[in-house]
Amino acid sequence: MSDSSEHTQGHVRPAPESFIKPDLVASISAHGIDDERRGLLKGAFASALVAMTGKAVAGESDPNIVNVPEWSKILGKSVATNPYGLPSKYEANIIRRQSPGLTQTDQASVAFTPLQSMFGMITPSGLHFERHHQGWVDIDPSRHRFMINGLVKTPMVFTMEELMRMPSVSRMHFLECGANTALEWGNSAVPTVQYTHGMLSGSEWTGVPLSLLLERAGIDLAKAKYILAEGADGSSMTRTINIENALDDCIVAYGQNGEMIRPEQGYPLRLVVPGVQGVSWVKWLRRIEVGDQPYAAKDEASHYVDLMPDGMQRQYTAIQEAKSVITSPSGGQKLMNQGYYCVTGLAWSGRGVVKKVEVSADGGRNWHEARIEGPALPKMITRFNFDWVWKGEEALLQSRVTDSTGYVQPQRTELIAVRGTRSIYHNNAIQTWRVNQSGEVENVQLG
Amino acid sequence: MCSLAKTLLAGMALLSTVTFASSYPEALNQLGRVATDAEVAAWDIDVRPDFKGLPVGSGSVEDGEAIWLDKCAVCHGDFGDSNEVFSPLVLGSITPEDMESGRVAALTDAAVVRTTLMKVATLSTIWDYINRAMPWNAPKSLEVDEVYALTAYLLHLGYIVEYDFVLSNENINDVQAQMPNRNGMTTDHGLWSVSGTPDVVGSGCTSDCKVDTTVTSFIPAYAMNAHGNLKDQVRDYGPFPGIQTAPESDAAEVAAPTNVIPEQALISNGCTGCHKQEGQLVGPSFNDIMARYKGQDAFEYLKGKVKNGGSGVWGSMAMPPMSQIDDSALQAIAEWLAADN
Repeated sequence: MSDSSEHTQGHVRPAPESFIKPDLVASISAHGIDDERRGLLKGAFASALVAMTGKAVAGESDPNIVNVPEWSKILGKSVATNPYGLPSKYEANIIRRQSPGLTQTDQASVAFTPLQSMFGMITPSGLHFERHHQGWVDIDPSRHRFMINGLVKTPMVFTMEELMRMPSVSRMHFLECGANTALEWGNSAVPTVQYTHGMLSGSEWTGVPLSLLLERAGIDLAKAKYILAEGADGSSMTRTINIENALDDCIVAYGQNGEMIRPEQGYPLRLVVPGVQGVSWVKWLRRIEVGDQPYAAKDEASHYVDLMPDGMQRQYTAIQEAKSVITSPSGGQKLMNQGYYCVTGLAWSGRGVVKKVEVSADGGRNWHEARIEGPALPKMITRFNFDWVWKGEEALLQSRVTDSTGYVQPQRTELIAVRGTRSIYHNNAIQTWRVNQSGEVENVQLG
Repeated sequence: MCSLAKTLLAGMALLSTVTFASSYPEALNQLGRVATDAEVAAWDIDVRPDFKGLPVGSGSVEDGEAIWLDKCAVCHGDFGDSNEVFSPLVLGSITPEDMESGRVAALTDAAVVRTTLMKVATLSTIWDYINRAMPWNAPKSLEVDEVYALTAYLLHLGYIVEYDFVLSNENINDVQAQMPNRNGMTTDHGLWSVSGTPDVVGSGCTSDCKVDTTVTSFIPAYAMNAHGNLKDQVRDYGPFPGIQTAPESDAAEVAAPTNVIPEQALISNGCTGCHKQEGQLVGPSFNDIMARYKGQDAFEYLKGKVKNGGSGVWGSMAMPPMSQIDDSALQAIAEWLAADN
């Protein structure tokens, strides 16, 4: 960020209208252009021109081309300089971040994924959001054990070696915290998509199908109705999972995006529960108990219960319903000039496949179908792109997903009409970004 | 019975008759071994709402109070109502009518902070969680009777049991029947099952849709920098640079720190669970500690304090001993705290 002058001579230059002060815009809107205001406007454009003309004016050659840059004149670094590769030093801004003041302790907290700067449908493991309940641990895999007990013929113990020797599957799935977008129920609270939607990821998970392990232990299918998953960390977090999900597509996973799961994500073993909120994807997984009643663990009896306006709390709210969000342009970003933009974002559904994504630039009055980019996989984030020409007007950008069950993502006003604003979890409302005439984009709510 | 429950039961009945779709290689049976009784007993610690899994034992409110003040009050406050570190556990608003009906009426009141005892329907949840995860910095260090005693003390703070009460596996079911919000949970919703029915579905309207596009909420200008400078949270060369939200001069004014913070040591040893750089958390801020011992050659003293804990210097809240800390981390932290700059 220190060499910003270099960047102003590249592609990113502010449009002249960005130099017009908002009060002048308001004044012109209210009174029309008269001589006095025309003068002010001229002044604004003149200062814009000074700022722009620094170096690359039309017709002048770009020194980055005509002068040989230093990286073209040196011997590069050796292989394995970084035995485990790192992003470019120019990518230092693209990191997980906490929301200041959200929690009093850093161990029971959240670090959000920078969705605004990401491409495609895979979240790099190092940028995967973090949500811990009592800090994270780095477990010695040679001492880690996995147990299955409860309503099974024989309670079993497996080592990592045994689990990794078993038939494995690799599946791409989204992982979204049930509290993603929780800060936005009542009002616009946080400025960027990193904080509004950044408890979301898409990864390839590798491991043993849970159904196979349950069969190995001799699950009593006549009696089994739920399983309890339990972690090996200090919190030994537990969650109840429906037998329907458990026997369908759950994975006892050790792999994430081609390598072992990161410690912050549950190394060496975590449960993958596709389509279900992240808290059920128990990290540092040490045990599955098969039972015939739900368990009412702390995170399904005190937290992760959805308070309704009548004071009832919805318990065992698991499924993440279809949701989408535009990641660029999004809150806190800026459009530097008018013209073409590729509006891009993510859509996903815990009940199936993303069938359609639509984009509106006028706050939901008119909708246009976006392009689905890449494969649309079950219970996985799906990238969408939309061609948009910005002509300098104020715009209200929204995206809306329809999934394979026919479910359509609701507007925020529709959602809070039923659920109120205090349920914390499962806010899958349509997100609005306002593009101001200055090109600045901000998080707003409508209606 | 509601239709959802019927559907679920029908689904269960179906499941009970199906076999696994995928073929199961018989040779897999050589992988894994039978868990011993002792192994299952060691890990199978969960307690269900019907108290299946609850070990035999008992504990009094009085004993619970003593343990609480020693091990729990530091985060939750003497009376479990502190919101300094975690959400309050007790108080809020629970009325005699709530106790009667099993529904806490104040949950509809946005002005009332939701405490644990206002929310939780099942007493097993509290017992199970204390047993598996508390205290915050020393999970699984409590004896069974201590967990009973702490649960009893919490119930007493919530006016659910008297001071002379002794909670045990024998009477816990009776206390469950007194839980203020015991009837306050529902599973009658569409989010428990992948085939559940959604409660809210959006409109498929595509043109001239009747929506209110009035902007009713946005981040005020003064709060735009509350998450740091947004310009620094995106690439500075892409099509969508970040908005400069910090005053331009800020960067120049920040002086480079001369005494490097042993960040890793502070985090990995759990110090940051109770202390932060500026302002009181559970314990005093690092800045306050540094200011107090500035120029006093306090290195050895602080080393001892970190390792052995103590109380009375900064108020009544005790600092637990950090006996697990290794020498190099202890050295780094004490040096940093005692440094003159």
